[in-house]
Amino acid sequence: MTLLLVALGGATGASLRFLTDRWVQARHDTGFPWGTLVVNAVGSLVLGFLAGAALFGASVPVLQTALGIGLCGALTTFSTFGYESVRLLTGGQRLFGLLNVVGSVLVGLGSGVLGVVLAASIWH
Amino acid sequence: MASPAEARTVREPAGKAASATPWDVLAAVAGGGAIGSVLRWSTSLVWPGPVSTFLVNVLGCLAIGVLMCVITELVNPHRLLRPFLGVGVLGGFTTFSTYVTDALRLALSAPLAALGYLLATVLCCVLAVFVGITTTRALSRGLRREVA
Repeated sequence: MTLLLVALGGATGASLRFLTDRWVQARHDTGFPWGTLVVNAVGSLVLGFLAGAALFGASVPVLQTALGIGLCGALTTFSTFGYESVRLLTGGQRLFGLLNVVGSVLVGLGSGVLGVVLAASIWH
Repeated sequence: MASPAEARTVREPAGKAASATPWDVLAAVAGGGAIGSVLRWSTSLVWPGPVSTFLVNVLGCLAIGVLMCVITELVNPHRLLRPFLGVGVLGGFTTFSTYVTDALRLALSAPLAALGYLLATVLCCVLAVFVGITTTRALSRGLRREVA
């Protein structure tokens, strides 16, 4: 059962990441990987919210598995983030690469904290 | 008078045609995402917590380095290979959201460990991608030299 929930959430998350990335990347021509930044921020926000819900005793195990482990886990990605950063860093766009690394971590953390705060404002 | 080809271009702008996603590509991404997510979840059963997230992310980054070097420099891949393995399996295997919540959870009890985890993951992952690319490139050059 858990395996099925993780698989379904993962399939949905990966599809949403793919579609979001295409949609975002088609709307600018800066060469900066905004698409990955957006999915990582949104996924961190939702997972932060779910973690906050669990922390304040409002956890629904099925949702934690399907949305937390499956959907958020697959919506966000470290491999694409890492690859895009290395491409920028080694492809003569060192500043963009550095901004992507530092910016993604900071934006991700900020989104995660925002998710926890949102959960706290509801259940705490 | 416009030729049939030009008339078609007017009715179907190139941008719109290009933005339509083929269903087989989306299916490859979804299938890969399911497999990658289950692999990540299985790993977290063996080593719970930040340790598994760290291992999964570093391993996934090493793998994407190898994969991207192979399919962009060495072979002419099937069109569904990158969506399936790169976007799907490795994208679903690695995770940024769990990395963030791991760090936040860790920060509640051990702020310094949380900072170490944040930095170690990001440095090792970027390095792993780089090592994956350069090692694959060097190996393929060595092989080609041997053949030649």
